[in-house]
Order: sequence, then structure tokens, then C-alpha cells
Amino acid sequence: MNIIFLLIIISVIVALGFLAAFIWAVRSGQYDDDYTPAIRILFDDEPKHNPKKK
Amino acid sequence: MSQQLETFYYDNKIVRNFAYATITWSLVAFLIGIWAALEMVWPWFNLGLEYTTFGRMRPLHTNAAIFAFVGNGIYMGVYYSLQRLLKTRMYSDLLGKIHFWGWQLIIVSAAISLPLGYTSGKEYAELEWPIDIAIAVIWIVFGINMFMTILKRRESHLYVAIWFYIATWVTVTVLHIGNNLEIPFSLMKSYPVFAGVQDALVQWWYGHNAVAFFLTTPYLGLMYYFMPKAANRPVYSYRLSIIHFWALIFIYIWAGPHHLLYTALPDWAQTLGMVFSIMLIAPSWGGMLNGLLTLRGAWDKVSEDPILKFMVVAVTAYGMATFEGPMMSIKAVNAISHYTDWTIAHVHIGTLGWNGFLTFGILYWLLPRIFKTKLYSVKLANQHFWIGTLGILFYAVPLYWAGFTQSLMWKEFTPEGTLAYGNFLDTVTQILPMYALRAFGGILYITGAIMMTYNLIRTVRSGELEANEAAQAPAIVQHATDGHWHRWIEQRPIQMLVGSLVVIMIGGLVEIIPTFLVSSNVPMISTVTPYTPLELHGRDIYIKEGCYVCHSQMIRPFRSETERYGEYSKAGEFIYDRPFQWGSKRTGPDLHRVGGKYPHSWHYNHMIDPTSMSPGSIMPSYAWLAEKDVDQSSTPAKIRVLQMLNTPYPVGYDKIANKDLMIQAEQITADLKTQGVEIEPQKELIALIAYLQRLGTDIKKAPVVEEK
Repeated sequence: MNIIFLLIIISVIVALGFLAAFIWAVRSGQYDDDYTPAIRILFDDEPKHNPKKK
Repeated sequence: MSQQLETFYYDNKIVRNFAYATITWSLVAFLIGIWAALEMVWPWFNLGLEYTTFGRMRPLHTNAAIFAFVGNGIYMGVYYSLQRLLKTRMYSDLLGKIHFWGWQLIIVSAAISLPLGYTSGKEYAELEWPIDIAIAVIWIVFGINMFMTILKRRESHLYVAIWFYIATWVTVTVLHIGNNLEIPFSLMKSYPVFAGVQDALVQWWYGHNAVAFFLTTPYLGLMYYFMPKAANRPVYSYRLSIIHFWALIFIYIWAGPHHLLYTALPDWAQTLGMVFSIMLIAPSWGGMLNGLLTLRGAWDKVSEDPILKFMVVAVTAYGMATFEGPMMSIKAVNAISHYTDWTIAHVHIGTLGWNGFLTFGILYWLLPRIFKTKLYSVKLANQHFWIGTLGILFYAVPLYWAGFTQSLMWKEFTPEGTLAYGNFLDTVTQILPMYALRAFGGILYITGAIMMTYNLIRTVRSGELEANEAAQAPAIVQHATDGHWHRWIEQRPIQMLVGSLVVIMIGGLVEIIPTFLVSSNVPMISTVTPYTPLELHGRDIYIKEGCYVCHSQMIRPFRSETERYGEYSKAGEFIYDRPFQWGSKRTGPDLHRVGGKYPHSWHYNHMIDPTSMSPGSIMPSYAWLAEKDVDQSSTPAKIRVLQMLNTPYPVGYDKIANKDLMIQAEQITADLKTQGVEIEPQKELIALIAYLQRLGTDIKKAPVVEEK
């Protein structure tokens, strides 16, 4: 059943990758503000003056 | 510092294309589903054609539902939300186009190859190796387009939805490659690198995570974007959504073994899978509650707005499925639910409720927006909602009932200690009315989808696509500085693609090599020997016809099973099975010990007309097997690939294998002749009989079982 260890190793590598991503997210301040992002997505970024279409 | 406001344009055309594809493939997937459902009640619905038997329709249906319908739904939602969340156009229009057309081409090739019988015989991973490679390439194209868009963003915060998209991409890449490691022996056929119990483990590590990372995480991302947008209020707790994401992805990947409870998988692995599955309730329900509570104080809107109705039912279905899933992962519950229609009901709560309804909600919300118009008929959308909900109920409730009923019948003993329903068929005919109701539920569901299609066509016609939607946002500060490491690669999508392919291939090699270096420690059984060439062909016919879709080859160690089928299955019996064929559903009886149970003529008659041997059987006729010849030209290639994978055939056996094949085939035809059946030895049916008669007989050969 070596395959099981292989799968565990792969899964751990994936999990470690996500852990690194998590640490990056926290350190880089992604989660410093846990309020405005939820509000921000509700606003559309329509231009104030209507620029001509591409 | 003064920030300059930049004007840019969102690409709505790609969103529209994926939306159209989503609608089109949804109808196809539902239609095939209904067709397959009708075949389970009236097997003649295959019209006597080999291409449309249930064994081939079911993979077609699951692949269409998962990869065509939900797949395009994911891309539609991602391409729409990612641009807006990051305040930038997608990185490359060209990559978007390649992604779109490539994916549709893959779907078409699946729709052709699956009915023709080209299947790798592993659930949700049936597509053969050339298509697997195409999927990997297109998936990487999607990945590059997504990650490069993230890199050139104007909003430094990555909204939670984006994290879900990223996790989806990374994990699906690993799973897809891991489960499709196979060695081709012809242009469209291959054998997997792993065998038996190892193959089973890789398959369900993949199979479970296909549900987790293709049907769940991307849709959670969509939920976190489209639900607040549709309700026009922020998500209930952004903090909870972050916890939801990280908790979910750290737990999800470990739950796969719950598909193999009570099988020949080691006990500790089963328990590991079970424990992690139960833990999954916490993040899943956290996410569900977060979605539902987003509507706090807006429930009056829900009663008016069909879009919110769809989303509420979708999130509720997610909650139901993610409660039920962990319950079914408890070994005691699984002992009842496994191999029955309970599982089918469970997954359809997920796909019809969660994926289907969320997709419908998004389509109703999104298409009027990019076409700068209003939904043609809110009333019709409301009707769609109700008929769709009824469809889900009519689908799921009868199947839950059927699953319980059949499982209890399988396990029931008389006071004398014999099986109360010794004839498996009795437990099938009992639940046929439930199957009919299920098909009716499917018809209701597709009716709703057709109404939606009409409604959306009228909507689109009343507006005009704003292909490039203008938007303004300030440039991100750190991005204004040049010289970032990714600046160079950002300009070069093709180099990026090649580079990614190389990296992924290195990853693939790292995965494969250890499996060749370490010798397997699956308990060996000395009497288990490789399949003969004829049996090998028979086995490939078994896979081609999709027999595994309705028949398991894994007897669990329960008295009700050993009494019915014989000795329970051991891991060591499957070491030459590439791919494993344990199955996951018993529409027909388990076949692991069918070898030697009936005479050859029984199998012959049963394949020509199943009802001749089992009156009332819902198995279709496989009469064409008696007419088609075994493709002997492929024998040497098959043997060589298996030798490469350490199957102990003698050196040079590939050259003489066909001689052995004919000797064995002639023995069977001679035996059939004594039973009054005339058939030529080179026919496919002979090979299939040889395989079926071999099944599960190896451990009976000698009384001594050695464990190395």
C-alpha cells in the first residue's frame, strides 16, 4: 500500500502550498481589513464620464 | 500621492460565450440523464444500439453534467467576477478564446468517444488518454489566464471568491494528472499505471476531490460573489468566509477513502477518511450559514426575486448535501447506503440543487446585465424555480426510498438463517416504480431548464451585448513600479504556457517514479495469476461496455454479502486489475465471485437476452458481442504494456499470446457446443465469458494462501 503514502505525501505538499499561501495572505495584510472587501464588491466601477467604447 | 484614475474595459464577450455553452450543455446533460433514467425502467430505451446502453450513457451523462454544464458554469462565473473583483480586464483575450473553444472541443470529443466505448473505466475520469492530455493543456491555459489577471490587478486585496478559484485550479491540476497516469497501447486506449487496490485509492482520492474541487469550491467562490451582488448587500461575515475557505481546503483533500469503506482498503485509511469527512461539516455549514445569513433583513426580497430564490435553494441544498455526506461516511451508515440509490440521490441534491440552481440564478442575473436589458419574464423565471424544485424532490425522494428499501432487502434474513430475498432481481423489480418517478423528476427539471432557455433567448434579443464594458479604477501603487519579476513573462503567454507544461510534467514524473521504485506490499496470494490473453480481451470488453456502472466487484465482509456472493474480496486478488473495477453501485448483483457459478451457455444466453435467464431483468441485450470479432491485432501491444507495468508474462509472450487466446476460445466454444450453442471462437462474447468465468476463482485454486 505504498500508494497511500504517496497520496499522503502529495496531499501534504498541496496542503503545505496552501499553508504558505495562508501565511503570505496574513503577512501581506490581506486580512487586516475584514470588513470593506465585502462592501467594495457591491460597487460597480462605471466611469463618471462615458468614455467612448473600444 | 495622487492616484491616477485608469479607464479599462471588461471583456463580456467571453462571459457570454461561456453562458451560452452552459445553457446548451445543461440541456444536453439533462436529456441524457433522463434517457439513462428511462433505460433503468425500460431497458429497450437504448433502441437496441450498443452506443446507447446504460453502461455508456451513464458516463456520458456524468461527464456532461460535471465538465460540460458545471465546467462552463464555473468559467462563466469566474470570467465575469474575476475581472470585476480585480478591476482589470482578463489578462489575454486570446487565451480566453483558446480556453473556450478548447473546452468545447473536449466536450464534443467526449460526446463522441464515450458512446463508442472508449473509456478508461474509472468514474468521472472515463475519458481516454488523448483527451486527458487536451484537458490538462486547456486547464493550464485557463490557469495562466487567471493567474496573470491576478498579477495585473488594480485591487490589492484578493476577495475570498478568488481564493476559492485558486484552490480549485491548483487541486484539480494535481488530481487530474494523478488519476490519469496511464500507458497507451493504442491511439485511444491505455492501461493505468496503478493496479487493483492502489488504483482504487487513487481513483477515489480523485473522485471525491472532483466533487470537492470541481463541483464545490469554485461554486462557493461564485456564491460569495453573486449572492451578495444579487441581494445587493455584503456577505454576512467576511471573516467567517475566510475561515470557511482555509478550513475547507485543509480538510477536504483527506476525505477520499470514505468511498472505499469496508472494501479491501486498509482499515486505518478508512478511519482516516471517515474522521476527516465528519470534520467537514464544520466549514461546510459555516459557509452555508454565511450564505443564507447574507439575506438577513432581505427575506422580503427573496419572496419577489426568483434569482434569490434559486440561490437560497442552492445554498440549502449545499447544506443538506454536506450534512448528508459526512453521515454517509460513517462506516455504520455506509454499510447501508453504499452500492444503493441513496448515493445517487445524494449527489443529485448536490448537482441539481447546489450547482444547477446556483447556475440558473447566476444566468438570470448576469445575462440581462451584460446585454444592458431586463429579464424578459420574471414570472416565467418564478415558474422555472417552482418546477425545478419539484423536479429535485421528485428525483431525490423516490431514490432515497429505493436505496433504503433495496439495502434492507439485501440484508434481510429469514428466521431459518437464509437470505429472505435470495434472488437479487426481486430487490430490483421492487424499486422500479421509484425509478420511474425519478425519471419523471428529471423531466420536470429539464422542463424548467427549457423555460429558462426561452426566457433568456428573449432577454438577449431585447438587448445588445456590451462586449467591452468600460470601468474606471485607480492603478495599484505597487504595480506602478516596473521591474517586477513577472513583468517579462506577462508579455509572453506562449512561453508561459510552455513553461507551465514543463513544470507540470516534472511534477507528474515526481509522482510516477516512486511508484516504480518501491515494490508493492499488497498482501500477495500465490494462486493469483495474470489474466490470459482471452480473459484480458474479455476484461477490456467489460470495461468498454461499462459493466462497472451497474455491477460491483467488491464483496464486503458482511454475512448478508458472503451468503449471497461468496467469500469476501481480498486486496491481493486485484493486483493484475488495470483499471480496478470495484464499481460503486449495484443495479445488478456483485460479480466478483461469478466465475464458475453458471455454465458458459448461461452467460451466452444471458448476454443475448438477459430476460431469458432472469425474467424481469432490466439489463439490456448485448447481442452484438456474438457478432463482433475480438481485435487480436492489439494483443501484443496490450501484453507489452502490461509487462512494462510488471505483470509477470514470460519474455516474448506478446508474440505467442494470440495462439493461447485461440486455444482457450476454442475450448469454450467446444464446451458451448455440448450445451447446444453454436458460435465462432473469435467472437467478443467468448472473451467476455472467459473473463467472467475467471472472476474471483483464483483464491479457490489451492487451499494454501501465502502472505509475503
